[in-house]
Amino acid sequence: MKIELKSTNSSRVASALIKARRSAGSPTTGMVMTLIVVTDGRGYQRAAEAALSASREHPCRLLLVVSSTSTKTSGLDAEIHLGEQVPGETVVLRMRGEVAEHPASVLLPLLLPDSPVVAWWPGEAPVSLKDDPIGALANRRITDADGTQHPIATLEQRAAHHGPGETDLTWTRLTPWRGLLAAAVDQYPATFSAAAVEAKRGHAGAQLMAAWLENRLGLDVQVRGTRGPGITGVRLTTAAGDISITRDDGLLAEYSVPGQPRRLVALKRRDTEELIAEELRRMDDDDIFGAAARTLVVRAERGRAAASPGRGKKKSTARKTAGKSTARQQGAPDQAPGSRRSGARGGAPRTSPRKTTASPATEGPGAGGSATVEENSSTTAPSS
Amino acid sequence: MLDPNRPNPLRDPQDRRLPRIAGPCVLVIFGVTGDLSRKKLMPAVYDLANRGLLPPGFALVGFARRDWVNEDFAQIVHDSVKEHARTPFREEVWRQLLEGIRFVPGDLNSDESFDELKRTILELDEARGTGGNHAFYLSIPPGLFDEVVGQLRRHGLAEQRGGQWNRVVIEKPFGHDLTSAQELNRIVSSVFPSQSVFRIDHYLGKETVQNMLALRFANQLFEPVWNRNYIDHVQITMAEDIGIGGRAGYYDGIGAARDVIQNHLLQLLALTAMEEPTSFDARQLRSEKQKVLAAARPPLDLAAHTARGRYDGGWAGGVKVRGYAEEEGVSPESTTETFAAVRVDIDNRRWAGVPFYLRTGKRLARRVTEVALSFRKAPHLPFTNSDTEALGSNALVMRIQPDEGITLRFGAKVPGTQMEIREVNMDFAYGGAFTESSPEAYERLILDVLLGDPPLFPQHEEVELSWRILDPVLDYWASTGDKPEKYAPGSWGPQSAADMLARDGFAWRRP
Repeated sequence: MKIELKSTNSSRVASALIKARRSAGSPTTGMVMTLIVVTDGRGYQRAAEAALSASREHPCRLLLVVSSTSTKTSGLDAEIHLGEQVPGETVVLRMRGEVAEHPASVLLPLLLPDSPVVAWWPGEAPVSLKDDPIGALANRRITDADGTQHPIATLEQRAAHHGPGETDLTWTRLTPWRGLLAAAVDQYPATFSAAAVEAKRGHAGAQLMAAWLENRLGLDVQVRGTRGPGITGVRLTTAAGDISITRDDGLLAEYSVPGQPRRLVALKRRDTEELIAEELRRMDDDDIFGAAARTLVVRAERGRAAASPGRGKKKSTARKTAGKSTARQQGAPDQAPGSRRSGARGGAPRTSPRKTTASPATEGPGAGGSATVEENSSTTAPSS
Repeated sequence: MLDPNRPNPLRDPQDRRLPRIAGPCVLVIFGVTGDLSRKKLMPAVYDLANRGLLPPGFALVGFARRDWVNEDFAQIVHDSVKEHARTPFREEVWRQLLEGIRFVPGDLNSDESFDELKRTILELDEARGTGGNHAFYLSIPPGLFDEVVGQLRRHGLAEQRGGQWNRVVIEKPFGHDLTSAQELNRIVSSVFPSQSVFRIDHYLGKETVQNMLALRFANQLFEPVWNRNYIDHVQITMAEDIGIGGRAGYYDGIGAARDVIQNHLLQLLALTAMEEPTSFDARQLRSEKQKVLAAARPPLDLAAHTARGRYDGGWAGGVKVRGYAEEEGVSPESTTETFAAVRVDIDNRRWAGVPFYLRTGKRLARRVTEVALSFRKAPHLPFTNSDTEALGSNALVMRIQPDEGITLRFGAKVPGTQMEIREVNMDFAYGGAFTESSPEAYERLILDVLLGDPPLFPQHEEVELSWRILDPVLDYWASTGDKPEKYAPGSWGPQSAADMLARDGFAWRRP
């Protein structure tokens, strides 16, 4: 059933919802939460599909907020979908002009009583989520740094402003990797002397993975650039050799533990609907993400601190990669294997915020590797 | 350098996203050509792999009397996965599984076959790094357990060494009466310690058990009325709309009571009636279930408070179906029942005087499993009789399948100027989660076996206590020598079942 309401307001939307549910024959509902999805016109379609399919697992009232502040006229249009293959209710709220500046006034009357409110920004999101009018309505706030123009810069910003109930889908994407790594360490409970993450250059998830490992293991974790897709490998070095999980094709990984044969394990990159469904399973704070986010901030600061005094003239403690990265900042050709294209392409425009360009950072041997990627990221992400 | 006691730095109790992935191991399935194995076990193994819950070093070994090589077996697994798996087929998951698929042709009583099995397993331990961890799934008739378990012991496949495990999985029925259950337990426990024996009742998913525990013990709302002061009787139903199909060989001589009541319905009774465990660890949960099963007893008057029936030929759900006696492979002298209903009383403070009615049957009107608590009438109704004529008693129903959820039945006023009160339903469904993404019972069961996580698997004490409740009923039925009463297919069972409740002043719910 689809009901369209032009130039309307919240109370008319609410009564239309009740009426629609009555006529569908199920006045009581098993909806467990209100999910607010905040998009601009472009990301709307994909986000709507992902949210709808997640609502099969988590029946909810889905409020899709599409706002455009650019138009002069102010107004609210609503579109109600009910009983179309998903258990909950969907309301598309198109806000124009002045209304779009006061979205909370529209949303507050439409939240389900008592049950949790989740807000999800599939693309660009406000800097401080909990101070945002929509974010303030929600107990859970989900963002996606990978959905923005500059994933690493966004992720660092997210981490710096991390608040309770907030997670980022970059973190969700890591779950299968983290599960396998934890299982590998269950199998081989050794002490580790080093750890490294290999990923496509400019991959925000790799930074987060490195931060998590650094937080858990107390080691400086390197990030090395590869061709991708996504994260292509994680290595934990022990005295007897590496525990390694490598994945070149985004589907099937090779798993190796010292003293044991190499084995294959399926490790697919997951779709957004699976990610969002995983997010909606937890309504409480994700302390582990919080800790990883704090480490991410420390790593980024360390990177900036190391990069700013000695631009182009790296101390001898820094590794070769670090030297390269600083060289490339000045336009020198990138020589790292497998990264030539992105490096060359990224070298020129250099338009991204200073924060990220500075993050290539290295301090001491451990962080050396991360420099290459972080620096690169800010430039490659928009172009790829 | 390697210290198994060192806590894994990557794990944290707060990190509840991290899935529990089983350690490397070999799953050996005996009776791999059976229906169960093709329709349930192998697809469940694939689904686990697809969800990333199987370890990279995992191997699946089939054992059967077939002239197959590994590739033939792999093809069988492939086909059954494609047809029956819950999750979409993905080539890379299949490649992960394929690496570890082996087949051992042979007889259960042949030493050479078990030598071959042992060689295969040892080779896998090397090649797949499965590290000496083996689970043996006996998907075979209980009569053959003795043979297999003995072979496993003789070939050193049942030894428990430090850091490695050998586990055995057996399916219901766990014997056909108390004596045979004890005998079965003696056989299995002579070789495997009790924590290595996993008794699987695939009717009872772990999810269901946990839902019941959550409803009862996470809420303040229900526990105060969960006793004889407020509840006048409890009905536990498991109905199937199908007949026995081609399974006469298994079913004839077993019957509904042994097949379903002994394990499934009595487990549901235990979960409904038990006291709160001090914690949810395996031991505490089991000891509460055992306590309540020990307090439960069969009815004093077996003739009045039990009923049995068998389905006749006729029309069920718009389809013409055969009666039980005409099913292929059923012996003409058979007295096997396809419907059984029993009253069980629990002699403790919480439940004294509250009858629990258990019923199960095949070819009933629809497929449903539920536990319904029926409440006493309000002690005083400040309405005229005619106002409350249509008011029954309040009920709380735990729907178990299909459409898992909770229904609350209570009286509400019919809109209008007249004061008329009628029963209404309030439904809660566990949402799409329970149909779309939550694991099939088998996946949970297999994963728990591989993880060595036994809390919800009944141990032999529970099995024996259940037989103690059911044995007198079965003996009584056998002593009468009658054939069970016929009931129309697609109905809700024989008249004797309705009479049995009517004697106590109740009536069966229509589930």
